Amino acid sequence: MYFVTPRQLIFPGDVVATADSKVEGPVYLDNGRYRSLVVGLVEFRDDGVVIVPLEGVYRPKKGDLVVGYVTDVLATGWEVDLRSFMPAYLPVSEALHKHVDLETTPLTTFLNIGDVVVAKVKDVDLTDEYPIILTLKEERVGKVESGTVVEIAPVKVPRVIGKKGSMLNTLMELGCDIVVGQNGRVWARCKDPRDEVFLASLIKKIEVESHVMGLTDRVKAEIENYKKTKQQAAV
Amino acid sequence: MKKSPVPLLQNGLRADGRAPDQMREINIAVGVVSNADGSAMVSYGLTTAVAAVYGPREAHPRHLALPDRGIMRVRYHMAPFSTKDERKSPTPSRREIEISKVLREALEPAVVLEQYPRSRIDVFIEILQADGSTRVASLTAASLALADAGIYMRDLVVGVSVGLVENTVVLDLNGLEDQYGEGDLPVGYMPNLKRFTLLQLDGAWSREKFLEAIGLAVKGAEYVYQKARDALKNRYMSIAEEIHGR
Repeated sequence: MYFVTPRQLIFPGDVVATADSKVEGPVYLDNGRYRSLVVGLVEFRDDGVVIVPLEGVYRPKKGDLVVGYVTDVLATGWEVDLRSFMPAYLPVSEALHKHVDLETTPLTTFLNIGDVVVAKVKDVDLTDEYPIILTLKEERVGKVESGTVVEIAPVKVPRVIGKKGSMLNTLMELGCDIVVGQNGRVWARCKDPRDEVFLASLIKKIEVESHVMGLTDRVKAEIENYKKTKQQAAV
Repeated sequence: MKKSPVPLLQNGLRADGRAPDQMREINIAVGVVSNADGSAMVSYGLTTAVAAVYGPREAHPRHLALPDRGIMRVRYHMAPFSTKDERKSPTPSRREIEISKVLREALEPAVVLEQYPRSRIDVFIEILQADGSTRVASLTAASLALADAGIYMRDLVVGVSVGLVENTVVLDLNGLEDQYGEGDLPVGYMPNLKRFTLLQLDGAWSREKFLEAIGLAVKGAEYVYQKARDALKNRYMSIAEEIHGR
């Protein structure tokens, strides 16, 4: 049994449902009832209720696509900053496809401090010294050689992707490669570096104006406008 | 004990005109410090507290970090201009250090620190104006700031004080009643879980008066809690609409 209505604002301690219901997101069980842990929104989905937090740092989930900065080189892997409250670990075995002899090859030949990686979260275990394990053995991940990284609030990430990817598709019209990390970092690479500057300003605009209606249309208009002025400049 | 310059209770009304079971005017704003991850400003009458929360972030110095849960640091501080007569020295006093510890212990039952191993949450509380009940106003402000920062909490913690004035139980002491009253009982309360996280007491209380005071504190806390919810609602309505649009 649910005690909430769709799209309702919910506060810490509010009762969401009885223990036999299906509830996802930041909730806890207290005396046979699910209660919310955060200020959030209630969303009804086919398979139950989801609590969507409205504030907070990035909490890694298994399978998330993230953009991280290498902060340290360790004996058998790298420490990566994901803007979470705990550091992530990228082991050598998850970074390279071929076997390397660590006694003769320094790890810095592959990744060094300051490098940017697009990675997948392989596992999260809060009891580990490094609770987040990353992997590069997936599609569309790896070391970033060029491009721009834009930082936004992690809770705004769904807005940059849009409903069924609508906003992301709009941004793709610029002809750039874009990766939206779930940790609030967006990596973009365009053929013309000036496009990247424009794209970064657009993403910042989405973050600031995310609550104003008709955002996708306005972003679309700005892209058209930008393309037109650029064409004229070329002529 | 010194006598109050004005009568504290006259014809069933208090020095500031309130009934014994009446709170002062309550003002709450969430998200007032844009540098912080979460913040809130809470006023009980003239008493005003600002709380700012930073984190969770990596624990420094590292030896303080715990492997199985996060640590929380609370700093309660009164601004030098917050007091009425003499300027308060800005150096943390014995009293402020003690209240910092008491507030941390009042917040810890609500915060799910096990979700943040090896990290640290910093809570800074500044009293801008002091007129009694500063620690409970701080408690409300701190718990709202923690919720605003998106930190996992089992419930909000609401602080209210109850006191004994001329053998009458009164709600929400002001500075005068705090100074000249016979007893003071600050309470931290989680309204959803119906549990107490802070209970201090000074003065001499009979068992009956104590039980009456606890009942009144719960009533006051529930009133403040409604105000706190409204404040959070105001802040998040715009963000809620944005997710509607998604």
